[in-house]
Amino acid sequence: MNIQQMAQASQIASSTLGSQITVSNVSKSYGAGDFAKRVVHDCSFNLDRGKLTVMIGPSGCGKSTLIRMLAGFERPSSGTIARDGKLVTGPGHDRLVVFQESALFPWMSTYDNIMFGPRARGEDTPEVRAFAEELLWKVGLESFRKKYPSQLSGGMQRRAELARSMINKPDIMILDEPFRGLDAMTKKLMQEYYANLYEEFRRTTFFVTTDIDEAIYLADRILIMTNIPTQVRAVISVDLPRPRHVDDITENDDANAIKMQALSLLHEEAMKSFARGSKAAADFVDAYARRMTKD
Amino acid sequence: MARAFTLKAVSFILGEEFWRGVVSIAAFLIFWQVGSRSQSWFGFAFPWVSQIPAPTAVLQELTVLVQDQSFWISALLSTLRVFEGFLAAMAIGIPLGLAMAVSRTFYGISFPVFEVLRPIPPLAWVPASIIFWPTQELSIAFVTFLGAFFTIVINVIGGAQSIDVRFFQAARSMGSSTWDIFRRIILPATLPSIVVGATVGVGITWAVVVAAEMISGGGSAGSVGGAAGGGLGFFIWNSYVGGSYTQIVAGMISIGIAGYISSAVLRKIGKWITPWLSES
Repeated sequence: MNIQQMAQASQIASSTLGSQITVSNVSKSYGAGDFAKRVVHDCSFNLDRGKLTVMIGPSGCGKSTLIRMLAGFERPSSGTIARDGKLVTGPGHDRLVVFQESALFPWMSTYDNIMFGPRARGEDTPEVRAFAEELLWKVGLESFRKKYPSQLSGGMQRRAELARSMINKPDIMILDEPFRGLDAMTKKLMQEYYANLYEEFRRTTFFVTTDIDEAIYLADRILIMTNIPTQVRAVISVDLPRPRHVDDITENDDANAIKMQALSLLHEEAMKSFARGSKAAADFVDAYARRMTKD
Repeated sequence: MARAFTLKAVSFILGEEFWRGVVSIAAFLIFWQVGSRSQSWFGFAFPWVSQIPAPTAVLQELTVLVQDQSFWISALLSTLRVFEGFLAAMAIGIPLGLAMAVSRTFYGISFPVFEVLRPIPPLAWVPASIIFWPTQELSIAFVTFLGAFFTIVINVIGGAQSIDVRFFQAARSMGSSTWDIFRRIILPATLPSIVVGATVGVGITWAVVVAAEMISGGGSAGSVGGAAGGGLGFFIWNSYVGGSYTQIVAGMISIGIAGYISSAVLRKIGKWITPWLSES
């Protein structure tokens, strides 16, 4: 199969836009009683069909908790998450997570990793295998199909993981700081690469990052989160035309305006969390004292 | 293929690692030879080492022994016991360890008992197992089994419990069933620990089988086949009783070589079944 035929037979292009996700009043606490720690508080937002929503917030603000709930690994303490109106109750291959660092299976070759999902569901058909070939070619790993993850570079591992998710044709792709830990050059290449992939793929995407430039470059909408307990602080639309170029973003006035707005909000949140550093301990003592008097 | 192997062998012989090994063994042998001959060579005996038969004498003894059929029977008997005990330990230890790692309930029930039994040295089991098992052969095999069993189980539990939780999450969300997760995630992820447990375990098995043979008198084969029929442990013990010190050392060296071969074979198999660890 040559490249043109491949493009014609492309299963990526023939895909739909994915689902709509509605997160309503979701809260999540760990622990019980007075010792409960509220990580996510009354969080509401939408992931629009076919759009790329980027969530950005201070580190350790409960973004990963939200991701685990969206993926169905954890249930919210209160509130609901719905996909096209149906409640999300557990993990499923309609919502796939691309994890921070690599979660490729070290004991499987690149090809076996990519084929993991279809094989798990007994869908190892000729069409799926053709799609795997297409994806291998698309992520530039066709000559690395037999290599183990440890034999791939950091960037290659991320691309293999993207392919491993995409073969399942998920309605929603959830990416948890996927380019974290890559060197600056590789990161930039991966961002451009990923943007192309998204523009072709156009599925509902939830992308979590701490990098404001990455957010603006990729996003249709940016959710700015508060510190723990996590809440949506602001929603910024990024109406820059696609396809975008990394260099355009740095020179574009609109992009810069968005950046300034986002940075000032993030700065505010970061200052709050600094100030709360000592207050957290005070809160704990306070809660404990109340518990003692109650007894 | 053959050429690549030859190249590899040649570069190994020319390499530093090989010569360091040669120097190490040569120095050890020279020290031993000089020490054990010190009385006749220097007129005074070095402490301790002078009591040991010289390596040349041991080598002489070994050349005699390898022509002796009963020595090979001893070696074969010990090897068989190691093999039996080790295989039984793998066959029972791996599923048990996996079950303990996978099921919290089963872990809660079985781990306390396991942890009480684990520190008991295998040799402390010898009298009890002689009473418990109908034949001496079985009691030796049982003690040998214990030697490898606990190490294998502990390694399997440790390996299975340290699997990255994201692997389970990823597999689960891609549609894996419980059985699929066990087969394609837990099993391969635990394989490296199983290999480590097996390699360490087989060494312990050799240590235990020899001691068990000494204590229990070489098993049933010992009484039937005569002095040399009871395994290498009994062979050494018999040499001691008969006062043949060169035979003792020759027997010890045979065990060392046998243990080395067992570990080397297991390491080879281990490398073969966990190819993702060595390729880079």
